Amino acid sequence: MFFANLLGRLTTDALPHDAVTAFGALSIVGVGVAVPILLTVTKRWKWLWKEWLTSVDPKKVGVMYIIVALAMLLRGAADALLLRTQQATSVGGSNGVVDANHFQQIFSAHGTIMIFFVAMGLLFGLVNLIVPLMIGSRDVAFPTLNATSFWLFFGGMALVNLSLLVGEFSAAGWLAYPPLSELQFSPGTGVDYWIWSLQVAGIGSLLSGINFITTILTMRAPGMTLMKMPMFVWTVLGSMTMIAFAFPILTVTLTLLALDRTLGMHFFTADGGGNAMMYVNLIWAWGHPEVYILILPAFGVYSEVVATFARKRLFGYTSMVWATAAIVLLSFIVWLHHFFTMGAGADVNAFFGIMTMIIAIPTGVKLFNWLFTMYRGRIHFATPMRWFLGFVLIFTIGGMAGVLMSIPPVDFQVHNSLFLVAHFHMMIVGGVVFGFFAGLTYWFPKIFGFKLNERLGRYAFWCWLVGFVLAFVPLYALGLMGATRRLNHYDASLGWQQLFIVAGVGALIIAAGIGFQVLQLIVSIVQRDKNRDLTGDPWNGRTLEWSVPSPAPVYNFAIIPVVKDRDAFWAMKHARGEKAAPEYEAITMPRNTSVGMVIAVFATLAAFAIIWHIWWLAIAGAIGLVLTIVIRAYDDDTEFTLSAAKVAKLETARFAKEQA
Amino acid sequence: MSNSASANRTVLGFWIYLMTDCVLFATLFATFAVMRGSTNGGADGAQLFDLPYVMVETLLLLTSSFVCGLAMIALQRGKKDTVIQLLFITFVLGAVFVGLEVNEFHKLAAEGNGWARSGFLSSYFTLVATHGLHICVGLLWLSVLAWQIMRKGLGGNTPKRLTLFSMFWHFLDVIWIFIFSVVYLWGGLV
Repeated sequence: MFFANLLGRLTTDALPHDAVTAFGALSIVGVGVAVPILLTVTKRWKWLWKEWLTSVDPKKVGVMYIIVALAMLLRGAADALLLRTQQATSVGGSNGVVDANHFQQIFSAHGTIMIFFVAMGLLFGLVNLIVPLMIGSRDVAFPTLNATSFWLFFGGMALVNLSLLVGEFSAAGWLAYPPLSELQFSPGTGVDYWIWSLQVAGIGSLLSGINFITTILTMRAPGMTLMKMPMFVWTVLGSMTMIAFAFPILTVTLTLLALDRTLGMHFFTADGGGNAMMYVNLIWAWGHPEVYILILPAFGVYSEVVATFARKRLFGYTSMVWATAAIVLLSFIVWLHHFFTMGAGADVNAFFGIMTMIIAIPTGVKLFNWLFTMYRGRIHFATPMRWFLGFVLIFTIGGMAGVLMSIPPVDFQVHNSLFLVAHFHMMIVGGVVFGFFAGLTYWFPKIFGFKLNERLGRYAFWCWLVGFVLAFVPLYALGLMGATRRLNHYDASLGWQQLFIVAGVGALIIAAGIGFQVLQLIVSIVQRDKNRDLTGDPWNGRTLEWSVPSPAPVYNFAIIPVVKDRDAFWAMKHARGEKAAPEYEAITMPRNTSVGMVIAVFATLAAFAIIWHIWWLAIAGAIGLVLTIVIRAYDDDTEFTLSAAKVAKLETARFAKEQA
Repeated sequence: MSNSASANRTVLGFWIYLMTDCVLFATLFATFAVMRGSTNGGADGAQLFDLPYVMVETLLLLTSSFVCGLAMIALQRGKKDTVIQLLFITFVLGAVFVGLEVNEFHKLAAEGNGWARSGFLSSYFTLVATHGLHICVGLLWLSVLAWQIMRKGLGGNTPKRLTLFSMFWHFLDVIWIFIFSVVYLWGGLV
């Protein structure tokens, strides 16, 4: 009996059986084989382990986040191309390239991956890399916890991709609405993979949120009052606050769905007294804040980029802070606009409709502040600035479509249509992704010590912009013509195919943009000696991260700066008078540890075991996780100290290098 | 970095964690409030809950928190043995609470009112058991802490950890007060 259940419901049937999945699975196996071979041949295992995998330095954790997110961007984009190909070709007698079930898995995976493992990954990557430097801190509040968050994110990502190899992925959409996602209608492992990958990654996000709130509130350089914080730090504080309030709701919602599916409970089932609309309310009570969690830091990036490249102070700083706070608050009282058609009645719909419209006000404040910052500035059209300008165009169009849909009677017409799909892609790609691309280009020299190739960056930007307009403007028209989202087939007489083909061409142009970005990265690395940033301040920046060398030393600041102005580094650069000779102090830093990775390995194992009903492994994973934490708690030797003399030596060596 | 600054930072971080846990419970309470009437033709709270029994559980947990508070006072006075004794009492009271809760669950399930019976019972079991699970984590934490105090004394990071544990334990008390009021009183009387 015990041995019969040793592998739960995991059998050889779980391996891929069709061409498309097998191709995906093969590419994952290919990467999984190629990377270890490469590491062995170049003898990099030890380096990888010591310098990266066990690192608790937020600058390294940030880089790992971004590598994972960019790899997942490729996966998500491949899914998008498949979706566009299917919809451009599956008309009338033709059934396109994939069958209905796979089509559903692909759009579910596309949404899940793009939000949780691309957008969130880029967000946490940038936050890790930049926030401690911007506030003049040497570290985050809880460095080991921070590494743990990353590894949980990695574990969730691994589970999503594992579903290609073993089993299947959810076919119930990116938010897995019940009762479709219940056992009765989705008996396979797909929804379980969805639940547990998000659960593992989501807890990582929650811990990160707590960590960065504490970091920002307690570790700012002396003199940096809240109203002297750079705008990016403010938006991150807003975003992390929303994480702290919204992600527990996700944790509960996923758990309840899992309890329905695994223990036969009746929260959201069609029978037994379940209430499916409860799920929809709960998931959006998390989901709406989630989109602002993503967009606020992107707004922060734009604030830094515009001020830097317009060579002006940010216009309307105080109103910017209050607009951020207003968005944080409003984000929690608009969730119902995702399902006006639920039938909550006119009063409820009117309330949520009006709250939704009101959000346009703080967002508008921000947009005008950026435009006024540019006004009469000396604008330098570097690549980050181009991403910003592209964002203004696309975000404004998408935002107006959003305000349109906040009117409940209009929403009833376009609900669940491609109009909506066009709207939220314009917000999330045009807003969030463009913002993070701007941020990556802007801070790249700070992280790696050399600039990215500008020309290829421009090519990538133009491909993205043109491709994006081509791919999504037709969807507005199609939505108004009645095309619902998630269609795997439609009748030729509807006359939609031309527009779908245009959208498909747009997607191909975006793919070319991604191609240019990959090329940009390769060319920039090859030509890195040409584009070295020796000053630490390649863009004539305004905030503290530019006051340290590129890449920043492990302790960030040899001497903690004293902040006197909002644009702290700008004020320092333009201060008169002699600079005092540096007096170095001993610096205490956390030691590297594999604890974060070990915790995530156990958590992922337990999650995998629950998906496949391998109960002994689930228990073993949970015990391993608890033991790891207890053993760690007994370790008192978690820090090391760099003596003042050692810091002085490192700093002198750097000055010498700068002079040479 | 000075030790007290680092300890304050940890306490603040733990406060924020407790607030996130509060949101977690709030979500479960909201779910319970919505599912309360979804008995699927089965028994409702008034028929199932034994209020005097729950009152005993409540008193046990409150006393446990009180004793935990006494342990914090003993910590400040530097009395190692007293701290360990008081933590032991805290543990026993908490463990008896968990035992009573498990017994209550078992009785319900044995009478055919398990979590799969109705939406109401699903939300009841999930909310109360989530609290119970937190208590179990607390008991584990308490044992590890007591062992640490026995081996390393009251120095080092022990005061900080005991402070965090005490916050956690009191927080669970507050949650239980809400469970007692919302689930058992409100759910049991109507």
